Amino acid sequence: MNETISFTLNGKSVSLTTDSQRTLLWVLRTDLGLTGTKYGCGKAMCGACTVIVNDRVARSCTLPIRSIKGKNVLTIEGLAKNGKLHPIQEAFVKHDALQCGFCTPGMILNAYSLLLKNPEPTREEIIEGMEYNLCRCGAHIRIIRAIETAAQEMKGAG
Amino acid sequence: MNEDKLQVAEHGHDEDIYPLSRREFLQSLGSGIVIFFAVGQVPTARGQSRGKKERPDFNAYLRIGEDGRVTCFTGKVELGQGPITSLAQTLADELDVPLESVDMVMGDTDLCPFDAGTWGSMTTPYFGPVLRAAGAEARAILIGLAAVRLKVPKDRLAVKDGVVFDKTNKSQKVTYAQLTEGKKIQKRLEQEPQIKTVGQYNLIGKPVNRLDARKKVTGEAKYTGDIRIAGMVCAKILRPPYHGAKVKSLDTSIVDKIEGAQVVRDGELIAVLHKYPDIAEKALGSLQVEYDIPKARFDDKTVFDYFVDNAGNSKVTAQGGNIESGQKLAKYMVEETYLNGYVSHAPMEPHAALAHFEDNKLTVWASTQTPFGLRRDLTRELGMSEENVRVITPFVGGGFGGKISNGQAMQAVKLAKIAKKPVQLVWTREDEFFYDTFRPAAVVKIKSGIADSGKIVSWNYDIYGMGSRGSQLFYDVPNHRTTVCRELKNGENMHTVATGPWRAPDNNTNSFARESHIDVMAARAKIDPLEFRLKNITDERFRRVLKAGADKFGWTPANKTPSGRGYGMACGFDVNVPVVLFAEVKVDERTGSIEVKRVVCAQDLGLVINPEGATIQVEGCITMGLGYALTEEVHFQGGDVIDMNFDSYELPRFSWVPKIETVLIEADESPSRGGGEPAIICMGGVLTNAVYDATGARLFQIPMTPERVRKAIASRA
Repeated sequence: MNETISFTLNGKSVSLTTDSQRTLLWVLRTDLGLTGTKYGCGKAMCGACTVIVNDRVARSCTLPIRSIKGKNVLTIEGLAKNGKLHPIQEAFVKHDALQCGFCTPGMILNAYSLLLKNPEPTREEIIEGMEYNLCRCGAHIRIIRAIETAAQEMKGAG
Repeated sequence: MNEDKLQVAEHGHDEDIYPLSRREFLQSLGSGIVIFFAVGQVPTARGQSRGKKERPDFNAYLRIGEDGRVTCFTGKVELGQGPITSLAQTLADELDVPLESVDMVMGDTDLCPFDAGTWGSMTTPYFGPVLRAAGAEARAILIGLAAVRLKVPKDRLAVKDGVVFDKTNKSQKVTYAQLTEGKKIQKRLEQEPQIKTVGQYNLIGKPVNRLDARKKVTGEAKYTGDIRIAGMVCAKILRPPYHGAKVKSLDTSIVDKIEGAQVVRDGELIAVLHKYPDIAEKALGSLQVEYDIPKARFDDKTVFDYFVDNAGNSKVTAQGGNIESGQKLAKYMVEETYLNGYVSHAPMEPHAALAHFEDNKLTVWASTQTPFGLRRDLTRELGMSEENVRVITPFVGGGFGGKISNGQAMQAVKLAKIAKKPVQLVWTREDEFFYDTFRPAAVVKIKSGIADSGKIVSWNYDIYGMGSRGSQLFYDVPNHRTTVCRELKNGENMHTVATGPWRAPDNNTNSFARESHIDVMAARAKIDPLEFRLKNITDERFRRVLKAGADKFGWTPANKTPSGRGYGMACGFDVNVPVVLFAEVKVDERTGSIEVKRVVCAQDLGLVINPEGATIQVEGCITMGLGYALTEEVHFQGGDVIDMNFDSYELPRFSWVPKIETVLIEADESPSRGGGEPAIICMGGVLTNAVYDATGARLFQIPMTPERVRKAIASRA
């Protein structure tokens, strides 16, 4: 059923009228033109579609748009501020923590949520926190290293 | 030669050497210095090719523009393995320009000259050297121009960061940008120019971060599914329940009532189009369809016996000496059968394409490893000329061999032609598993003999279901024969599902079989696995790799076999790269689960362009290889593919990844080789050997699922 849905997207108010059962992933990618959030499996199993909703990690491919009414959504496009990369993005570049790059936005946002909850994670906690994001190219070791570096950087900045 | 003469000569040169279409192409390039080159052709001396009708064409070129920026146009594509960076690095080094001033234009059939495809670790060894030569040629031309401009002899000039200067008076200088301004120099690389040698490199051999990283961490990087053009609609295709199923009846009445939805059919291809892909997908569920389903011949368990029992003609692919006389020399004969199932490529980006007909021209954006192959297929299918078909390859989200065949692009084009509007098709994950060209299931039977001395004296190797890549022996066996059977009797198709190359095709299975068997023989002869290999390999390059890997791992002979330490090793040879892996595992005998603690890889890649990139490829190979060794296997019943998503088809996860150490043998004097494949081929062998060493249980089939491990433990001798 068509409904008008309003929410905050990367710090800006957004309002659109669409079938409220549609998922956030496809509304982002088509209606709103933000293609950094990727479709990987459609069943919340790979993490390519990861976004942040009210500071918590969410799999946008199974999240109905009506459930984000009035909420704060952060996508990969909203992470860098005024052209300055977020420390997690910086660390991914520095450590070559990506190859094909398709899982990267989801990896970065999952790490973002991980560090919000736990700013000083151990290596084991990083592995546990990233376990359900899939990467086929095998960048795992470097992703762990990048998150360790980002945690250090963010601690210094905070 | 003065500046003007050079310009006229070079400009005049191209007019008569290139065919008409090329001449138009060249004129469109505008000013600057352009160097053309062909990969895989011996540069012919100028003059020799003149007057001949069949002139070798170029298939890559670089341009130095008036702004001093360097652009390399290549038909190669960026799948994640990093050529966008390593090729730019190669070129920047030869030209002596900063890496940041190089732009790569890749995989666009209108802008880039022909290339066969990005696969088989060919980019670095074959494309790289010619690109270097072209860079060196361009540099020589610029030095020539600078000598005239600065009135300084060429040998007194040097270049740094795109600035040519007089070595004796550094204030006497001119930039590449100033030198190319207003010029139009087009030159074809015909004689090999002087390229840099070891010791002269500024960038080659140094670790460099990826040039595409920033775009990929910000979400700016565009993949095919991210392209938006005016008037386009999204397609979702109706996937049959079974390979070989035929549509018996189709009722579209429910979908016809959905606003904005359109059902399109071309034979067995049935799709729903809609502005929104999610609505198109939902609508598919409302199509009423009945199929005729063919009878199943085998499933994932019976496939191996089926191949052997119904084997058709086989071919001998290698042989030497005499197997029977070899067997007579043997003290022990060892005979075993090794099995390996179908695996999926499962790139994170599902296949995608966007097809747009405009006037008489077709443009297709596609996630493909073969943009030119796709263009050829499209021109044949549609009866269009090459000039009217353009394939553009945005970033590709992983290929591994799975994006060589372009089924999704052909589907999108057919739909766009019927619908008369641009159509974007992104396969669902389920489509991806169903239509994937799987790595084929295969059986390898090995019967071998060992002499009292510990030398392998006979080797009979029979393959069923796949090809021979990786079966070539690097062990010195005097009497050997390899046969390959890829057909069933009575002309029956071997595979029910589609199959194709998968990262280092055939070699993963061949290396698993061979290296398992080598360890079985070593155990039988009561010789340490490393010592046994060294006894039977004389190639010095290979021995160096073996010893370097063993040193790094800290391999020591055990006092008993199996030792209980969980140590394993395996060798392999792929795309002219000798590679060895050592691993340590821990096995939970109760559950059958395997923890891989550590993997050491040693390989000889020749001159390494980007050590960071090469190390990343090793890590990628080892991590990806954990999948086919431990969990990845496509379950199916006839044409019904059972694994359709990541719940039952398990890819390697963060917690599985071992400590990985890489040794790149220093071999700067030997040619560069590709590193995207070799390290993955040993993963099956090294882990089965390590599991044997841990438990005494030998697995003859991979992946080593917990169930198979428990079974092997229960039945161990």
